[in-house]
Amino acid sequence: MTRLEDQSVIADAQYKDETETQIIVTIDGVELIVPNDPDNRHYAEIMRQVEAGTLTIADAE
Amino acid sequence: MATNAKNIAELLNTDTTVKVGDIEDGSVTTAKLADGGVTTAKIADDAVSTAKLYAENLGRRNLAINGGMQVSQRATSVSSISSGGSYHTCDRWRLAIDTSGTWTQTQETLAVTDPPFLQHGHTKALKMDCTTANGSLSAGSYIQLQYRIEGHDLQKLRTGTSSPAPVTISFWVKATKTGTNIVNVFQDEGGKQVAFSYTINASNTWEHKSITIPGNTHDAINNDNTRGRQFTWYLSAGSNRTSGSLQSTWQNYETGDEAVGQVNHADNTANNFHITGVQIEQGSSATDFDHRPIGEEMMLCQRYFQIHENIQMAAYVNAAYRRAESYFALPTQMRANPSVSTLTTGNSSNIRSPATTYAGIQLAVSKGGANIHMESNSSGYMTIDGRKQSLDAEV
Repeated sequence: MTRLEDQSVIADAQYKDETETQIIVTIDGVELIVPNDPDNRHYAEIMRQVEAGTLTIADAE
Repeated sequence: MATNAKNIAELLNTDTTVKVGDIEDGSVTTAKLADGGVTTAKIADDAVSTAKLYAENLGRRNLAINGGMQVSQRATSVSSISSGGSYHTCDRWRLAIDTSGTWTQTQETLAVTDPPFLQHGHTKALKMDCTTANGSLSAGSYIQLQYRIEGHDLQKLRTGTSSPAPVTISFWVKATKTGTNIVNVFQDEGGKQVAFSYTINASNTWEHKSITIPGNTHDAINNDNTRGRQFTWYLSAGSNRTSGSLQSTWQNYETGDEAVGQVNHADNTANNFHITGVQIEQGSSATDFDHRPIGEEMMLCQRYFQIHENIQMAAYVNAAYRRAESYFALPTQMRANPSVSTLTTGNSSNIRSPATTYAGIQLAVSKGGANIHMESNSSGYMTIDGRKQSLDAEV
């Protein structure tokens, strides 16, 4: 099914901690903590870009 | 002869007046009434019952939240917007932009002399002000003002059935640049779209527009919290989005059909674009704007976005790296587990560094509640105050 492009600019994705339940990411210049919830539009777009190979989520420090 | 008809004796007595009792029951048909013959003055008080009203003329009609642009939790003005897809000022109104100049978006206050106020009582509008022009759009250029509705709120449209409801979109618009503009509606389930044009006739003049889109017989919208439809007002569109043809019936999505004929509002720094009074309603005609109390409008917005200001907490611990947590319920259950952003760090003492990571709203944030937490740097009192954070669950 066709999916409209999200158009957000996503960068610097990193898991917040070793539980990997939250992602710290910069979207359109704003730092966000994004939960692993498929209904969260940020998380959905992050995972779409990860699957497309255009974004990598770094391990937690 | 009907019992209530005039008889010969009455006529011979020159009783020519036709009284109510002389008219046979059921004999005055609709065709016998002149157009406009039944005026408001001819209808007795309380004679029109609720059952005689078309249901969609009653309250709760507007599917758009904050169509009057009253709520702007994030900011009232944001400048230097040139890329990305984000929410800037008026709640629920998302702006997506690519290679179409630079813009300032503002929640503007209307004057009492402005037609949206004079005619419909609108006090606010969303204004787009071009600050850097792009008169030569790239193929991929666009400016889209988007309004997204989740599936739960679209079930009344009965999409995917043999008798889906049409939808009428009405709004006030004012722009420096005149000409053809496009409103596109995309439905996620089925991946289909329709698009309609409207014309801005006079420069810098408020005009009220109305567009009716047909029902979608092909695809049912899921009854869930995901996006069901996206309504998009275009301000610019490059050839990628204008190379096809406008689809007035639901057709499979093609990028080239999105915005055929759209004028370029980005071609001059003198250009502004204003919009307010957006109503998206079931039915084939626009009704008066469905005003809601500001408190209710705010609560509806908070399903998608909340700001929590002056977050404060204090606790005493006996060692470093000790954590204190406190749960609070959100004022409105959110659509999904929200993303968290720290807008103002505020003050802190004896918090493990960095304070943005080890204090504030970050843990166990769910649709209905969240934890404020702090983690100590050493033994003693630890405090935070003045923290400002946002929760984002826009669809």
